[in-house]
Amino acid sequence: MNYKSALSLVIVVLAAMLTGCNDGNTLSLSERSIIYCSEGSPDSFNPQLSTSGTTSDASSKLLYNSLLVYKGKNNSLAPSLAKDWHVTRDGKKITFYLRQNVNFHQTSYFTPTRTLNADDILFTFNRVLDNEHEYHQVSGGHYPFFHSVKFSDLVENIEKINEYTVRFILKRNDSSFLANLATDYAVILSAEYGQQLTKSGNQHEIDILPIGTGPFLLKDYRVGSLIRFYRHNAYWQEKAKIEQLVYDISPRETSRLTKLLAKECDVSSYPIAHGKISERADLRLESVTSLNIGYFGFNTKKPPFDNKLVRQAVSLAINKQALIDTVYESQAVSAKSILPETSWAYNDETPELIYNPIQAKSLLEVAGYAQGFTMDIWAMPVQRAYNPNAVTMAKLIQADLKKIGIKVKIVTYEWSTFLRRLSLGEHQSFLLGWSADHPDPDNFFSQILSCSKGSQSNNRTFWCNKEYDELLQKALETTKISERKEYYAKAMAIISDEMPILPIAHSKRFQARGSNVKGDIMEDFGGISFHHVSKVSINPPKLTNQTESLDTEVN
Amino acid sequence: MLTFTLRRLSLFIFTMLVLTLLSFSLSFLFPGDTVINHSGQINATAEELTLVSNSYHMDKDIFSQYGAYLSHIINGDLGLSMASQSPISNEIMELLPATIELSLVALLIAMLVGIPLGFIAAINHNKTSDNVILSLAMLGYSIPVFWLGLLAILVFSITLGWLPSAGQISLLFEIEFVTGIQFIDILLSDSPYKWQAFSNASAHIILPACVIALAPATIFIRLSRAAMIEVLAASYIRAARAKGLNFSQIIFRHAIRNALIKIIRHVGLQFANLVTIAMVTEVIFSWPGIGRWLIESVYQRDYTAIQSGLLVLSCFIFIIHILTDFIYAALNPLARGNNHGS
Repeated sequence: MNYKSALSLVIVVLAAMLTGCNDGNTLSLSERSIIYCSEGSPDSFNPQLSTSGTTSDASSKLLYNSLLVYKGKNNSLAPSLAKDWHVTRDGKKITFYLRQNVNFHQTSYFTPTRTLNADDILFTFNRVLDNEHEYHQVSGGHYPFFHSVKFSDLVENIEKINEYTVRFILKRNDSSFLANLATDYAVILSAEYGQQLTKSGNQHEIDILPIGTGPFLLKDYRVGSLIRFYRHNAYWQEKAKIEQLVYDISPRETSRLTKLLAKECDVSSYPIAHGKISERADLRLESVTSLNIGYFGFNTKKPPFDNKLVRQAVSLAINKQALIDTVYESQAVSAKSILPETSWAYNDETPELIYNPIQAKSLLEVAGYAQGFTMDIWAMPVQRAYNPNAVTMAKLIQADLKKIGIKVKIVTYEWSTFLRRLSLGEHQSFLLGWSADHPDPDNFFSQILSCSKGSQSNNRTFWCNKEYDELLQKALETTKISERKEYYAKAMAIISDEMPILPIAHSKRFQARGSNVKGDIMEDFGGISFHHVSKVSINPPKLTNQTESLDTEVN
Repeated sequence: MLTFTLRRLSLFIFTMLVLTLLSFSLSFLFPGDTVINHSGQINATAEELTLVSNSYHMDKDIFSQYGAYLSHIINGDLGLSMASQSPISNEIMELLPATIELSLVALLIAMLVGIPLGFIAAINHNKTSDNVILSLAMLGYSIPVFWLGLLAILVFSITLGWLPSAGQISLLFEIEFVTGIQFIDILLSDSPYKWQAFSNASAHIILPACVIALAPATIFIRLSRAAMIEVLAASYIRAARAKGLNFSQIIFRHAIRNALIKIIRHVGLQFANLVTIAMVTEVIFSWPGIGRWLIESVYQRDYTAIQSGLLVLSCFIFIIHILTDFIYAALNPLARGNNHGS
């Protein structure tokens, strides 16, 4: 063979490799898989340990189930791992009847010998509640969500009635308790897996190599690079439609956009260039109005904002619609109060503040600041759904306030420094926001503005109103929706009058996907779910005698 | 040949000493504690730190500190990455093969395109095709690589949708890590989707490799053109022509072989240039290689990774230089007489 024929042979082989091998195999492999471009690496695979959205996106609805779920348009509670539940009349004893034959994941690191039972529920919640529990201190011992709802103050005891019945005994009635159990954070872990890890001395692995009952199981995780999930074939509900789910971790927004446009990912989180995506027929941009609030808060302990009139004047002088058009690119709803209008507790009679610089000016005069004053605005340095660009927003507010004679200095720090200094109260006013963990309205009222929370508080206005706090407490103690609604309406009226914060907008969470990806991914609260997602092929799959599938490769 | 080898070897050892001296002094120049910069142990307790400090002879004079540092390197201990807290030698062993793979493919493309074009230009010396090739080479050489990379993604990935824009292979394929060279790993794996993975990996390497290859290819064009012109003017070509050999016999039997020898020396030099271009390109194409890792380490102020990464990378480039020197010497007996390093 001379060199010419050798060369042509090489060319033929290369051409065959590049084009000729489309025998339907990979077509079906990519059809049976979804690549999701996610925005960051999760800290762990246990949502109990963190309130970070990245962590719950990568774990809650994929790897786990909780006792209850939210269902339907009005987010009512529906059964999940608990097939039924019963609340006593005083609301202090809640009994859950567990579903039988619920399988845990079988993976390379764990093979379950039994299905879900009451021990798993006890293991999961005692880990959070009991400081002496062998797993309480594993991974740091911080359970931020449970801490924020004061879970350990509320739950007296959890009893195992029989194999498939557990009873929670509460110290007092709390109408948001069931809603808390349906959040992304109240996932059920495997007690048997915990015992196995204790025996082998690898307790810390429980949060890194997770075992749950969810529709997917973890195959591989490389920090900063990818997470690979396989379908859980023994899932107690209908199996997921896709066999493989890969999270392509791409923190840069431009690289997520490029990968989406180049079809290297099927779904992308938090996309930029909305216009460009909507233009293309092969892509779809979607959004859910998430329960969140972006607001402008005042430090009510520092002059001049200790004066109610000044707070009202500044609020009146800010053109909210301009902020929504510029900062949110009109993709948000103007907020009338801290509670989104979609919440059942929202009171339609809440008056909306109308932009009125003239009235603002006269209010300032009444307050004794006719000459204006100088203030600072602290703008958060990171991008969040509830505030995509706080610095730009601060600049717009700066321009608005200049018109009524107030000079504004914009302050910003690196994120953790920013939060630390805010909690010390060094600021006069600040731009921040809140995303709800569950649909119960209490999650907004008490997290943002109640004074009962002390040093660990989320309340950076340092506003403290006894009447407001009493209303919230009363609302939690009753289960009657109409009564609760009344209490919350009164609370909203107090906020509108006192104006410790100026609510700005309820924004949407965005996601983009190829139009061949079907099924709901985003949910109203917290995490994303790929359980019902499937892929429609653009080219019909060719017949193939290939029998191997991913199913056989699990283990 | 023995003297030649010994010369090269001593050159290698002394250059390595200078390089380690440089990376050793970096630990003192970077902000922070010297021991922590050496070892990357940022979370160590006081006792652990004392142990590390002893192993680097921090209580003794500077020469014995340097000696301890050298012995750590020779034992393959490059410290821990400050960012990920895993051994740097492991990270480099995982990432360097990807860079080698990309650079080799790029080098191959540059040679396959550049050298024939240069020959064509030389054969048509001072004609239109010569001028066209030369101006194209000049144009290609002047294009900045980061701009070209982004443009290539815009055209071939986003607008035309022909080639992928990021990574080494689609994440759907699970290829076990054996050698780190993706193509070899794919062939060794027992995945049912082996050939699909192979073609997918080929599609992934085309864009970054072509972007890297452009600048070296233009250099090869100019080198091979000059070499060919020189060879064609030589008296043995004139003699061959006088003997009545036809054009293709002269070119393929005599001119090409003699011109190639002149070029092969420069391949090694170009490889260093190519690795530098590859580092920038890896960032643009999210290629999981050592260049991207090193640039990320700079962002994260991962001093241990920067100093060890630089050491390994320069060592690697130096080894390539010596290898090409050997190949050149093997092909061209005249060079073996050249005892001094160059």
